[in-house]
Amino acid sequence: MAGVNRQVLPGFSLTLGYTLFYLGILVLLPIAACFIKAASLSFDQFWGAVWTERARAAYLLTFGAAFVAAIANLLLGLLLAWVLVRYSFPGKKLVDSLVDLPLALPTAVAGLVYAGLYVENGWLGQYLVPLGIQGAYSRLGIVLVLIFVGLPFVVRTVQPILEDLDPELEEASASLGATRLQTFRDVILPTLYPALITGFALAFSRGVGEYGSVVFISGNMPYKTEIAPILIVARLEEFAYGEATAIAVVLLVISFSMLLLINLLERRSMRHER
Amino acid sequence: MSIVIQGLSKTFGNFAALDNVSLEVPDGALLALLGPSGSGKTTLLRVIAGLEVADSGAVLHEGEDITDYSARDRKVGFVFQHYALFRHMTVAENIGYGLKVRRTPGAKIRERVDELLKLIRLEGLQTRYPGQLSGGQRQRVALARALAAQPKVLLLDEPFGALDAKVRQELRQWLRRLHEDIHVTSIFVTHDQEEAFEVADRVVVMNQGRIEQVGKPDEIYDHPATPFVYQFLGHVNHFHGRIQNGRLRLGDAEFPLSSREAAQDAPAIGYVRPHEIKVRAEANGAPSIVAIIKHMNTAGPLVHLELERADDGGRFAVELTREESRQIPLQTGARVFVELRNVRVFAEDNQALNPNLQAREETP
Repeated sequence: MAGVNRQVLPGFSLTLGYTLFYLGILVLLPIAACFIKAASLSFDQFWGAVWTERARAAYLLTFGAAFVAAIANLLLGLLLAWVLVRYSFPGKKLVDSLVDLPLALPTAVAGLVYAGLYVENGWLGQYLVPLGIQGAYSRLGIVLVLIFVGLPFVVRTVQPILEDLDPELEEASASLGATRLQTFRDVILPTLYPALITGFALAFSRGVGEYGSVVFISGNMPYKTEIAPILIVARLEEFAYGEATAIAVVLLVISFSMLLLINLLERRSMRHER
Repeated sequence: MSIVIQGLSKTFGNFAALDNVSLEVPDGALLALLGPSGSGKTTLLRVIAGLEVADSGAVLHEGEDITDYSARDRKVGFVFQHYALFRHMTVAENIGYGLKVRRTPGAKIRERVDELLKLIRLEGLQTRYPGQLSGGQRQRVALARALAAQPKVLLLDEPFGALDAKVRQELRQWLRRLHEDIHVTSIFVTHDQEEAFEVADRVVVMNQGRIEQVGKPDEIYDHPATPFVYQFLGHVNHFHGRIQNGRLRLGDAEFPLSSREAAQDAPAIGYVRPHEIKVRAEANGAPSIVAIIKHMNTAGPLVHLELERADDGGRFAVELTREESRQIPLQTGARVFVELRNVRVFAEDNQALNPNLQAREETP
């Protein structure tokens, strides 16, 4: 019989339609506007805007700092998730809720507080600066705040997987003669790879796009501690809208390629699931 | 003796999973731990494997006390009910894992893996992932993985519990043959008495953290040591009466007992299996009780009757062969004469019976 809906789950076209509509308005349209605005420049103007020495330094810092922070979050997040899942201790619930705090706190506040802590007469800075460790107005400061804002992602992606991990897998490994370290490396870690990669990608993207906290701790010195989003704002303040969007387009393209790559990596780590 | 267990006790909270359990497992045996859930059989297996630590008691392995050894130092192979295969490893990597962690050279691992793949008849599937195998295949891989490092003992926790009936049947016979080939001392846990009798050469019946009886399958079936064992191994009828002159007296009839351990002149319960009962249409002088047929089911190779005693209204079940049933006119509501052919009576102090045991779990 023609025209009979044979799908078990109804509403496919309706839900897909709405999804595409919202994605279009909320994500695709602004990005397209960005590309169109950038396209108002000639190629030479475009290249002149995006490939200056100052811009290149900003790209490198943006992606470099986000990468280093995401790596740090990968290790810290795994450790934190492990502790939260495997052990029980007083105040565990409190620690668990603290993890989400960086998502709720205005990042500008985080930037200000970090800067206040690490300046020469700050609580931490008074000990660190004499040792030559500049936590404020430096690249280190940028990495520190990016670690802060990206912290929840790895924890929250790894935690549920770790909770669902069948204890029999570890028992099987132990009865086969594996040490705790071998069990962790060969049995536990591989099952966490997809979640770790997802968490890393989220933390990394968050770091690339972060503005509010960095602007307060980096000092925004061109060539040194100026990240690309701050460079964009600087261009906007000069009313150079075309140049600003051009830099944004470069950021977008690099981010998108990196996320695509991470996605491929994740799919590879899950190949045994078919 | 391959494994000797001495006075093991283990409690979880205030639940006694093992209560002073002692057992000897001879070399090369294929032993079944049989019991209902909560009887402690899995706990016992896990203590032997080192996956659980007993509160007291000892586990000896070829004379060596291994009570304080960790699971990895015990050299036992353990097979889990739900396989516990490593999903991110191929079949070959799974099987070879026990060798890899002991730093066996790669060539040796490959050789052993090939050998085991042949044994479990899964040649050619070494590059598959567990997710691409059927349940029966997964359990065979789990078994090969447990055997790879040549353990001294193989422990299997409800190894066929998660499989469907047909595959379970095949794997039972296969395990039996496998054991004949490789002869490694094996202990498996099951709640299915049919499985225990079919596969094992020795059966240990457990209940409430204790061992009720140890023996060969036919010994246990023919001579149950306790009321629990009697009830656990198939359906059994209870006849309430008195012991007199070494016989069970039910109303006017007296039946000889197949055991003589019962006290004289005391209330007693006679245990009779449904197929150990003869039904006649007419009294023929042999001792018998009168009953009324309440229900009958004639489908299948056996005729199942539900009867009610005329004197005290107690109900009991009878199984007749088709041959037997043809000799008497059977119909619901008819009065029949019932002769008990094999009555067992247990001493009164053995009567601490849990009435729920008759309706014991029938897990698929």
